[in-house]
Amino acid sequence: MANLIKLFLSFFKIGAFSFGGGYAMLPLMKEIVIDEHHWLVNSEFIDILAISEMTPGPIAINMATFLGYRVGGFLGSVVATTAVVLPSFIIMSLIFHFVNKFKGSPLSDYFFRGIRPVVLGLIASAAVSVAMDAYIDLKAVLISLVLFYFITFKNLKAIPAIIIAGIAGVIVY
Amino acid sequence: MLLDLFKTFFKIGAFTIGGGYAMIPIIQEEIVDKKNWVSEEDFMDVIAISQGSPGPIAVNVSIFIGYKLKGVKGALTCMLGTILPSFLIILLVATVFFRFRNNPVISQAFMGIRPAIVALIASAVYKMAKKSHLKGIRLLIAIATSLVIVFTDISPIYLIIIAGLFAILYYSRKDGKGEP
Repeated sequence: MANLIKLFLSFFKIGAFSFGGGYAMLPLMKEIVIDEHHWLVNSEFIDILAISEMTPGPIAINMATFLGYRVGGFLGSVVATTAVVLPSFIIMSLIFHFVNKFKGSPLSDYFFRGIRPVVLGLIASAAVSVAMDAYIDLKAVLISLVLFYFITFKNLKAIPAIIIAGIAGVIVY
Repeated sequence: MLLDLFKTFFKIGAFTIGGGYAMIPIIQEEIVDKKNWVSEEDFMDVIAISQGSPGPIAVNVSIFIGYKLKGVKGALTCMLGTILPSFLIILLVATVFFRFRNNPVISQAFMGIRPAIVALIASAVYKMAKKSHLKGIRLLIAIATSLVIVFTDISPIYLIIIAGLFAILYYSRKDGKGEP
């Protein structure tokens, strides 16, 4: 029981204080999971990261489910996963009501008009940082360029594109 | 409608490899292009809000869109749909397949999938930029933002807040001019 409470509090904290999502959450996760509670050693943490990268879903969820299971079995995984998304749920609920209240007011309209180019820039930067990891050789760049063409101009959908890329990876590597 | 929401976000959760922004093109395709649940512009606002709030972006986006479409029930449904695939898969990995990552076929497949993720994100940026007629100063802001994020440690939250405040100043003055 004590373990479950610790799991809940730790992952609630991770959910509540990690801004930026994805890799931006790792430093805090590492601090809580390794330094504070010694649930994992460093190499295990990296292993779980690798698994997170290979499996679908947000890294924070993967980490919570995996660690919850290790610390407290199935119940532990439910507790940790719930705890990590609970802050999101609370905060997004508040923001939703807040935004709805101010929707249509010129100030919020100006604000959102102004941030749209920034959001585009943020997403573009994500493409760059994924590319730094993904472009291991010319073949990888080629896969990327060909898929970009078909996705953008020939209406290839995301999920078939991922499946095709996985098959291409097995064939060329 | 709730079942449809659940199925859509379950699909998004199940096919979003790499987390974070990698899910944006898939969500965009499903809920903007295919289902027309939110407009392109609203979708970008949702991304900005999700980025500026703590927690996984995918989860934040799904909660917000759930609220927009079906209130609190919709928010819970979409959130559950998004997290359930990873929960189930990781449970499977933790119990049975912990060693599957050493399988050469799987790692080869992922060497092909990672470049595809780049293509997906780049294509989403291209389409959004085209639809929102991004040029001039706004194009410069977008490029400057990505350079700052790639080359410095400055948090995206600050960039969003600064851009928003400047826009309020800029557009208030501009709109105010024509009035008596």
